Amino acid sequence: MNRAVAELIEVERIYRMGAEKVHALDRVSFRVERGEYWSVMGASGSGKSTLLNVMGCLDRPTKGSYRLAERDTGVMDDDELSELRSRKLGFIFQSYNLIPQLDVLENIMVPLFYQDEPPVDGLERAESLARRTGLADRMRHKPSELSGGQQQRVAIARALVNDPELILADEATGNLDSQTAEEILDLFDELWREGKTLVFVTHETHVAARASHVLRMRDGQIEEIEVRERAKEIQGRPATEATC
Amino acid sequence: MKSSSFARALKTGVNSLLLHKLRSLLTTLGVLFGTASVISMLAIGEGASYEAQEQIKQLGSQNVILRSIKPPEDPNQGERTSRVIVYGLKDEDLKRIEETFPAVKQVVPIRQLHKEMSFRNRAMAARVQATRPLYQELTGRVVWEGRFITQEDERTLNTVCVLGTEVARYLFPLETSLGKRVKVGGDYFKVVGTLAPRVRLSDDPAVPGEDLTGEVFLPYETARKWYGKLQVKRRAGGRDMEEVDLHEIIIEVDHPENVTVVASAAREMLSRFHQKKDYEVVVPLELLLRAERTKEIFNIVLGSIAGISLLVGGIGIMNVMLATVTERTREIGIRRALGAKRRHIVMQFLVETVCLSVGGGLVGVAVGLLIPYIVQEAADMPTIVTPTAPILAFGISAGVGVLFGIYPAWRAADMDPVEALRHE
Ligand SMILES: Nc1ncnc2c1ncn2[C@@H]1O[C@H](COP(=O)(O)OP(=O)(O)O)[C@@H](O)[C@H]1O
Ligand SMILES: [Mg+2]
Repeated sequence: MNRAVAELIEVERIYRMGAEKVHALDRVSFRVERGEYWSVMGASGSGKSTLLNVMGCLDRPTKGSYRLAERDTGVMDDDELSELRSRKLGFIFQSYNLIPQLDVLENIMVPLFYQDEPPVDGLERAESLARRTGLADRMRHKPSELSGGQQQRVAIARALVNDPELILADEATGNLDSQTAEEILDLFDELWREGKTLVFVTHETHVAARASHVLRMRDGQIEEIEVRERAKEIQGRPATEATC
Repeated sequence: MKSSSFARALKTGVNSLLLHKLRSLLTTLGVLFGTASVISMLAIGEGASYEAQEQIKQLGSQNVILRSIKPPEDPNQGERTSRVIVYGLKDEDLKRIEETFPAVKQVVPIRQLHKEMSFRNRAMAARVQATRPLYQELTGRVVWEGRFITQEDERTLNTVCVLGTEVARYLFPLETSLGKRVKVGGDYFKVVGTLAPRVRLSDDPAVPGEDLTGEVFLPYETARKWYGKLQVKRRAGGRDMEEVDLHEIIIEVDHPENVTVVASAAREMLSRFHQKKDYEVVVPLELLLRAERTKEIFNIVLGSIAGISLLVGGIGIMNVMLATVTERTREIGIRRALGAKRRHIVMQFLVETVCLSVGGGLVGVAVGLLIPYIVQEAADMPTIVTPTAPILAFGISAGVGVLFGIYPAWRAADMDPVEALRHE
């Protein structure tokens, strides 16, 4: 069996609204293994973002446990979780979330700034990622000088700069026109083929169609997990790539 | 925290301050003026008290000075054309002090004569003082040329005089005054010495309302014989005759700790023998202590004002930083999501606040050094900038930055990343 990148066991996330309790996540259990491409689907309010926040160590489960990269996040303090985010995770948001006063390269390097021992080749990494995501001639531009698609490319480059175990994307194509969205999705496909592990929140079926696993949510619970044809491609890969 | 990450925090901080130049400038004004006022007020206060203390020290801190004061006139005799006013210290007072007072080392009497000094065609009003040789030693006057009055002058009633710098310079602008015969009123006196210049006592109560700048010294006994006790003073509508035995008595006390004893003995003796309060007792040591106390109070007041203005400056900075934190909630959320630890966020905002206050502090130090200079040049007031003042002021402004930066920075770091990311 492949190594588990992320594992949720009976995770609950309860929001208290006065006397009322909202089960944003209700006894959610599943594991994401290396190289898998998960698509999380569900109606608005079904708990997709909450799930992603828990998986991204931005939020803690009210009950249950969450293991990331084979470590129990429940026993970690705020600093340890932060370090985990800067080393093991890549985030891509619907609204890009670039830092406006930083240029493209600086934005890409942000996760490295916060590592306890930042790599020395940060700038080279950022430059090669910028070239790879088609931003070679935009490296010193500010986010406000870029189109939506370009901004999202910066965000993707930023999510890759720390060579993460898990890439989390919340409606990453939600703000883009269909043409640009396809380009971005192709980029995700490419990453997946390289062996990256991806969890992608979407409510569009054609987007989910690219995934190896589809997780459907309803009212904070898992409605269904569908393992799709593409999952077989992962088995077909050489083992070296899966452990890189 | 590593130096590289601090350098980055500094760069980020400076950049975001430069993004809002006007706001940053306005924010620093409070600390700027606070710092500037601390330095300039300290400098002015230091200068003023230095001058006051110098003046008092010239009176001699081991001396007790008794002075005659003209009592207030009776309104019902104000219209008379001619009268004699008798007041002031008596020869008997001097005698009592010399014979009965304990702890007295030396006593010197002074009589003042309002005479015109002239040499050939140059003339000036002078403060002519008849006194004994001891005067020079007691008041620490320095002989410039020639000599001071001697016992011999007293004994033989020599008609000699010693000129103060101003008189000597005015009457003898080009030549030496030594050996020349000058006119004191209508009589000729031979100049035997001149005195070194000294800081002028600005508000000497012994000469109220009279513009006597220069000093001239005559032997006590000579003056007594030549001029007697009676003096004529012209005034509008008639003449005043004044009869004053002594204008001033300087008592030198043997030990500094006995100064208060002698002073109170003098006060008691004078109040017993004088019906009217036609004298005053000046104790330089008391004045000195009072001046020091005044300076202390001044420093406390100054400290409070400076403290308040820096407090206001600090609150201004904190206010702006709180607004900045709110404004940049989303950025904080992004940074936290990408792995920033709480201390990174704290550092980022603290650096920004300290940059503001240190920037304000630095400019404030410059302004604070400039103001005393301008005051000194324009208002002719002495100012003293002690090296500790700018260092102190600068340190406080940096401290204000840290103090008032901690809360906004903590607010920023304590935000829930998920909430912060959702913020618009
Ligand atoms: N901070 C919060 N406070 C209270 N309720 C919340 C909060 N965040 C999310 N919820 C609730 O949790 C449920 C799941 O929300 P979310 O995960 O954002 O759904 P989705 O991303 O699938 O649209 C919703 O019912 C939402 O109202
Ligand atoms: Mg959502």
